[in-house]
Amino acid sequence: MSARTYADFTTQATFEIKKCDVFKLDEGPATQVVLTRDEGLQYYRTMQTMRRMELKADQLYKQKIIRGFCHLYDGQEACAVGIEASINLSDHLITAYRAHGYTYTRGGTVKEIMAELTGRRGGIAKGKGGSMHMYCKHFYGGNGIVGAQGQIFETYNMAALWKLPVIFICENNRYGMGTSVERAAASTDYFKRGEFIPGLRVDGMDVLCVREATRFAADHCRSGKGPILMELQTYRYHGHSMSDPGVSYRTREEIQEVRSKSDPISMLKDRMLSNNMASVEELKEIDVEVRKEIEDAAQFATTDPEPPLEELCNHIFCDMPSLEVRGTNPWAKLKSVS
Amino acid sequence: MAASLRCFLRSGKNTVSALQRRDFHRSAPAAVQMTVRDALNQAMDEELERDERVFLLGEEVAQYDGAYKVSRGLWKKYGDKRIIDTPISEINVLLQAGLRPICEFMTFNFSMQAIDQIINSAAKTYYMSAGLQSVPIVFRGPNGASAGVAAQHSQCFAAWYGHCPGLKVVSPWNSEDAKGLLKSAIRDENPVVVLENELLYGVPFEMSEEAQSKDFTIPIGKAKIERQGNSITLVAHSRYVGHCLDAAAVLAKEGIECEVINLRTIRPMDVETIETSVMKTNHLVTVEGGWPQFGIGAEICARIMEGPAFNYLDSPVTRVTGVDIPMPYAKILEDHSLPQVKDIIFSVKKTLNI
Repeated sequence: MSARTYADFTTQATFEIKKCDVFKLDEGPATQVVLTRDEGLQYYRTMQTMRRMELKADQLYKQKIIRGFCHLYDGQEACAVGIEASINLSDHLITAYRAHGYTYTRGGTVKEIMAELTGRRGGIAKGKGGSMHMYCKHFYGGNGIVGAQGQIFETYNMAALWKLPVIFICENNRYGMGTSVERAAASTDYFKRGEFIPGLRVDGMDVLCVREATRFAADHCRSGKGPILMELQTYRYHGHSMSDPGVSYRTREEIQEVRSKSDPISMLKDRMLSNNMASVEELKEIDVEVRKEIEDAAQFATTDPEPPLEELCNHIFCDMPSLEVRGTNPWAKLKSVS
Repeated sequence: MAASLRCFLRSGKNTVSALQRRDFHRSAPAAVQMTVRDALNQAMDEELERDERVFLLGEEVAQYDGAYKVSRGLWKKYGDKRIIDTPISEINVLLQAGLRPICEFMTFNFSMQAIDQIINSAAKTYYMSAGLQSVPIVFRGPNGASAGVAAQHSQCFAAWYGHCPGLKVVSPWNSEDAKGLLKSAIRDENPVVVLENELLYGVPFEMSEEAQSKDFTIPIGKAKIERQGNSITLVAHSRYVGHCLDAAAVLAKEGIECEVINLRTIRPMDVETIETSVMKTNHLVTVEGGWPQFGIGAEICARIMEGPAFNYLDSPVTRVTGVDIPMPYAKILEDHSLPQVKDIIFSVKKTLNI
């Protein structure tokens, strides 16, 4: 137990953060931000939980307890945490397949998320969705979205035309599966691709940058100015998915460099320690608690039974009285309830 | 000996050629084992070499060696001009006049993003131009269920593409099918959809010496009888051909001899082979991984009814299909969403009223 009392810690500090590149905006997010001790501890705990959860998922996948697709988020924690810090749970969020982090920040528990990865009845989607299809209140997944380059421009057009309060977020982790952005995009200034929609380019490895940029973007939308685009420059430590070692199209040195110089959790930790906002022991204690939470969740996820066969055909339609569903042969008449 | 003979029979060779193979006085033709992945790779390699207008494009096909490694080594051999990585954008379907593109979809689920191009630009153009503009393009990639990839990545598109005039649609099962049909597809002047199967990529099958030749092709539009029988006809495509053969082996022990037909081509479908078989066996079971409504089995039923074989049926045709639900993720649910060998055996017995 720490010998210092909480009265010894600084309750808040001001930090200088990287300036965002802006597009079609007269001013950008603030570069001087205040972080309170409580906020810092909360961000630290959340990011550490996400980090450990993804690493546990990696382990379970290699043990073949998780199957199918598994796209891990480690390295990108500052994005989900920073975004959630500046929006409300009553706002709506939708993302692509690298979704475990957002499922957690949107209100899913580690237990439910892990049990979904292992396909058990206690999973957040009752085992029916898997890694890419997790949902909770005001969180619409988790989708196997592919590129859809054309559709995004159609979306930009409608959002701008109707002045919809939408923040379009691009988590630019430098690679589209195995193809670097330079090989895939005629212009890699993604924050400018909205053309008539203003944009921000943000340091996605710094949770305070992401938080500040999201605050700015949310204010922009809520004040009726229409949509805005946010490009978060981030990095994923794992390959595209568990079937991609992640080193055939980038070097181990590159991954190592990001880990040592820009890791989001380390960055926050260093800031808090050097400003006397927390002690090493305190953070270690959080680590221990997080580790236990993950272990308990993994235990649940590996022992919870699979969904019952009676669930097979449920949830095809909403609001329908009981429906008959054809099985694999004409004599197999299965039942579906909403 | 019995095992190798079964192996020959399973690969479709009849007993006579199997015995001929053991004549040591002539140079014995050597069959080799080859995975479906390697057979597809060999087909593309040979066609790229044969015709410089042929090229391959798709996500991760070049430097990554292919998402499922089907195009491994081709970029190293043929370079940037013939093997092209496209950004993650399925709508990038190039219809360059004079060239012969092979367009790889990482899975056919993603082809829905480009389906307007496939149908409205590829399939219909020759008709709309009254024969002026042909479209010699191949669309290939894994189709249907894999293992644990859930609802958005497990759909079978055989019925969707099989519905459209102007498209040819093939669905190979083993390595010979894969190589022969893909080569025919590349050489065909029409748009051809090649529905591969991810679970079969790593499975080795025997390749006859004939199939190892650089000119080996399998005609599009012709089904193959993989196993002869008199009791009942089983018709399937892709992975389920294997399931049918497994079911046939079990049923043979009870004296039920199944004739197993490998469709090979979905469109144009070889109904004649099915009819001839049904006129012999009087019973028919169709097996597919896709959903039942408006599916391959449904089409076969309709065609049988419209033709001479109808009067030879002793019982209605039975369709064995995927369960009519989006694909669930959990293993136990996924296993029960697709036809298993025991479902085929059950259906055969019900159809024969045993």
